[in-house]
Amino acid sequence: MSEPTAPGAAASGATIELENLTKRYPGSPEPAVDSVSMEIGAGETVIFVGPSGCGKSTTLKMINRLIEPTGGRIRINGEDVTDIDPVKLRRKVGYAIQSSGLFPHMTVAQNIALVPKMIGWGKARIRSRVEEMLDLVGLDPGEFHDRYPRQLSGGQQQRVGVARALAADPPVLLMDEPFGAVDPITRDHLQDELIRLQSELHKTIVFVTHDFDEAIKLGDRIAVLRERSHIAQFDTPEAILTNPADDFVSGFVGAGAALKRLNLTRVRDVEIADVPTVTVDDPLQDIFDKLRGGTTNELLLLDKRGRPYKWLRRGDLMRARGSLARAGTLVHDTVTRDATLRDALEAVLTDNAGRVAVTGRRGEYTGVVDMETLLNSVHEMLEADRLDAIEHQHDLEEQRAQLTHQEQEGAGPGPGGPGGAARA
Amino acid sequence: MSTSVDFWDYLGTRHEQLLTDAYQHASAVFQCMVVATVLGVLIGVLTYRSGWAGNVATTVTSTVLTVPSLAMIGLLIPVVGLGVAPTVVALTLYGLLPIVRNAIVGLRGVDPTLVDAAKGIGMSRAARLFRVELPIAWPPILTGIRVSTQMLMGIAAIAAYASGPGLGNVIFRGIGSLGSRNALNQVLAGTLGIVVLALLFDAAYVLIGRLTIPRGIRV
Ligand SMILES: Nc1ncnc2c1ncn2[C@@H]1O[C@H](COP(=O)(O)OP(=O)(O)O)[C@@H](O)[C@H]1O
Ligand SMILES: [Mg+2]
Repeated sequence: MSEPTAPGAAASGATIELENLTKRYPGSPEPAVDSVSMEIGAGETVIFVGPSGCGKSTTLKMINRLIEPTGGRIRINGEDVTDIDPVKLRRKVGYAIQSSGLFPHMTVAQNIALVPKMIGWGKARIRSRVEEMLDLVGLDPGEFHDRYPRQLSGGQQQRVGVARALAADPPVLLMDEPFGAVDPITRDHLQDELIRLQSELHKTIVFVTHDFDEAIKLGDRIAVLRERSHIAQFDTPEAILTNPADDFVSGFVGAGAALKRLNLTRVRDVEIADVPTVTVDDPLQDIFDKLRGGTTNELLLLDKRGRPYKWLRRGDLMRARGSLARAGTLVHDTVTRDATLRDALEAVLTDNAGRVAVTGRRGEYTGVVDMETLLNSVHEMLEADRLDAIEHQHDLEEQRAQLTHQEQEGAGPGPGGPGGAARA
Repeated sequence: MSTSVDFWDYLGTRHEQLLTDAYQHASAVFQCMVVATVLGVLIGVLTYRSGWAGNVATTVTSTVLTVPSLAMIGLLIPVVGLGVAPTVVALTLYGLLPIVRNAIVGLRGVDPTLVDAAKGIGMSRAARLFRVELPIAWPPILTGIRVSTQMLMGIAAIAAYASGPGLGNVIFRGIGSLGSRNALNQVLAGTLGIVVLALLFDAAYVLIGRLTIPRGIRV
């Protein structure tokens, strides 16, 4: 049900350890980041979420030393990088930011090639890498290779920004509100893409956002930060939704936790059914035969590239006098296998037949989910959560009982310290 | 019947001398522009990141510009002597201002998030400057160079006062012999020569802009 938190055998991520990381900006009495400690596993996606100005960006930028820490240590894969040459460090750490940060005077390909060039890759290797990266982020190399950033939409720019950050295959990727400046629909797509990408690459990703829904959708674990980057809770999205540590966290989770829970499960985790399909290139007679002889009274018509195009029912072709162009209803919405159940539910609810086609990377048809499958999955999921929560509650009560016991003996630690919460 | 010799006849008989003067004029301006560009961009690069240093550089160079060019050359003669030297020094000094100012404005105008991104992907200080900041600031710098050149075209004429080279000699000769047969033609030929040179240089800059400003940031 939940996100895989352990990296697979092909994990290319690195562990990150922050130890009492502190930043004091000159001229301000309070530190902007006050002694943050956390451990991030290899291949894990960790989201920093918190209100504006709480120190998310500062914490993130200390990891690649764009901001030099005033105290504490940073270790990547066990190596202390707090004092190494920052330029060298940054070439091992991908960095993607809100406005995409693409250099306007360079083409898409030149932007992506920057880091491989700096670390001395050969020309041929760089060229094929650029193609590979464009492909990876879902942009057609032939079309986008020589474009300039200003000839791209916001979403496309963001994709290129991610491609550039990943070009030299760094084990760690830092992202500072990368999807903050694009429209909600594009943002949603980009999030799906990132999930797909991460399931292929297993990088260690640290991602900053102030949008809790985004955090839930993307994170293996979420660090909810309050002022001065104090960690209010550092846990899986499920745990934060079902067991917020305190009022600050519940305030941040906001209303509708049950609906948000739908964001935690993806279409690939539920049963995807198959429907009979035909393609626009099939002879009309075959399509007729299939419709008449088939077990269902509906066919999914795919276009030349195998993408869902139209739903065809019995009689549709007849009514359109055999013209495929006029027959059937256009597929107006599809979801990817990485889409959340919430997106799928939305699509199913708005579909008049209560189903939605599921597509693969290039938009090609892979199956269908319907209302019934979704409802069953949601029920199962909520039931499992409820059991987990009861168990967790039980554990907490036991811990509390123990704590009270210790406190009575005068040896108990103060409750709710940042270190304590971070260990969750 | 007019006493002044026909302008075209004048050009016909003196074209060799005029072309030499024009060539020297252009050459002086061109060489001073090269020096002013290198110096101006260098000053811009060294000062743009500090608020006060940038302001000092801009103020000093614009103060130079308020000194009348004739006075400037007059002041330079006792220091560097007559001839080419005062011309070169004066032209370079005047040429600096627009370049320094535009370099500073251009470099400061580079979107800080781009500099952040450049740092973030591991570009060294030099790589950031040469591969990101200067290319992005190049269009305003080139504009500065263009403005400087136009200005120097006129100022270079004054150089003749210090026995410098160029079309100024023709103009000064004309002014010195006002009333004579060729006086007006000389002033006219010198002035027109300067205008034509200025237009030619400007056309060259348009071409340079086409060739050196990447398509991604061309307006
Ligand atoms: N360069 C800086 N100089 C001084 N204070 C800064 C600087 N950058 C950020 N701050 C302060 O540090 C705090 C945290 O900022 P930031 O990390 O950008 O927050 P967030 O990314 O969570 O919105 C804020 O109060 C901000 O005003
Ligand atoms: Mg921020």
